[in-house]
Amino acid sequence: MITLSGVHKTFGPNAVLRGVDLTIDRGTSMVVIGGSGTGKSVLLKSILGLVTPDKGVIALDGQDVRKAEREAFLARFGMLFQGGALFDSLKVWENVAFRLMRGPLARPKDEARETAIEKLRRVGLKPAVADLVPAELSGGMQKRVGLARAIAAEPEIIFFDEPTTGLDPIMSGVINELIREIVVEMGATAMTITHDMSSVRAIADNVAMLHGGVIQWTGPVAEMDAAKDPYLQQFIHGRSDGPIESVR
Amino acid sequence: MAQVLAPISAALAALGRPVLASLAALGRMTIYGAQTLGHIVRPPFYGREFASALLNVGWLSLPVVGLTAIFTGGALALQIYAGGQRFSAEAVVPQIVAIGMVRELGPVLVGLMIAARVTSSIAAEIATMKVTEQLDALVTLSTNPMKYLTVPRVLAGFLCVPLLVGIGDIIGIMGGFLVATGQLGFNPASYIKNTVDFLQTADVVSSLIKGAVFGFIATLIGCYYGMNSGRGAQGVGGATKGAVASASILILAANFILTSVLFGS
Repeated sequence: MITLSGVHKTFGPNAVLRGVDLTIDRGTSMVVIGGSGTGKSVLLKSILGLVTPDKGVIALDGQDVRKAEREAFLARFGMLFQGGALFDSLKVWENVAFRLMRGPLARPKDEARETAIEKLRRVGLKPAVADLVPAELSGGMQKRVGLARAIAAEPEIIFFDEPTTGLDPIMSGVINELIREIVVEMGATAMTITHDMSSVRAIADNVAMLHGGVIQWTGPVAEMDAAKDPYLQQFIHGRSDGPIESVR
Repeated sequence: MAQVLAPISAALAALGRPVLASLAALGRMTIYGAQTLGHIVRPPFYGREFASALLNVGWLSLPVVGLTAIFTGGALALQIYAGGQRFSAEAVVPQIVAIGMVRELGPVLVGLMIAARVTSSIAAEIATMKVTEQLDALVTLSTNPMKYLTVPRVLAGFLCVPLLVGIGDIIGIMGGFLVATGQLGFNPASYIKNTVDFLQTADVVSSLIKGAVFGFIATLIGCYYGMNSGRGAQGVGGATKGAVASASILILAANFILTSVLFGS
């Protein structure tokens, strides 16, 4: 279980997070929605320690993440980055097997390659892709490779940062389906940040809306449409009129 | 009185601000350098990244270093011959070319060429990795970016640049030799004898020491600026520009300090 209590983060004069309280239960899929620039990525990176919060506590299974042994802590996570964040200098299979060739999870090269190809197959890519470099792949393929890398070491917790941004609707559907299948299959805890409502409906067990630096609304995805919160309703219906200002 | 002092105070403040900023940046670079040295001796070690850095910093810099050295050596021979004629000292061309290349021009020009070719490429590559979240991805994959990216490059610079300087020294002397024997009428055998007889071990050692220091500076500064780049294409451009300018200035400053220490007395 991941628990955030009173998390604050400020960049210069810009207070991005102003006391975020959120709980993500083990084995569930939480999707955080919110407009561009509302701090969704900062929230996600704060959990991983890529951004240090100014105030507040983030705990994983009751333990403050700042006190956790870093390598063991990170080994529990997999992450799909918005742009894939694949390493240009490495082949596709080396990207996928990155964690399997270094550190405590290191295994023989052949075995790591075999696992990488298996994970590529799992995300719908042919083994021939394994020996290409990321620059030779389309945006959708890069996302799939990023997804394969995120699940390669079979982590307990997987984060997805804007998994469908920049993809066409069909490819978005494919990625959403893959995420859902993989998370269920692995029994993983998942946290996704997105502003794509089709992703929310496809992936989420629970939804949290981040607005004004705080969690504006949170609840099961099934209750989202009936919720009375005007911010949430404006956001999910994409209306320009409402409490959320369209000009920021 | 206050009205008179105000513009002086403003001018001093305008002068002081960039000086303080430069000193602060130098301090941060020094800390970064100390952290890098700390990581060099502690595992894990990334052999493949080190091999790749050796190739990029060393082998692929050879053409640039060779061409720079040969033209510089040739031009130096012409200059010394023309200058020497003014007081009938044309015969010192082999000795001055040798000492000029080995003690000064070889290390400095190779250092500056490395700053132009390697520092810029390292800064741009790492800055792009930062902008595209590849550095964050490294962290999430339990890999320390400083160990994975900085240490192999800095170690490669420290080891390769002295070799490049040695090669540059030889090629520069060869350039002087070709001009002196082909154009200025020097006897090839006596040119080589004068060069070898005149050079001392200390000259060569100082050249290699300078090379190692310049290699360390050039690669470290490239990594530092890359890791601390701003956002977007402008951030990458700014990191590259800043890295090359800082590395060049620091190499020239280090050259002065090393020359003072090695030959000052």
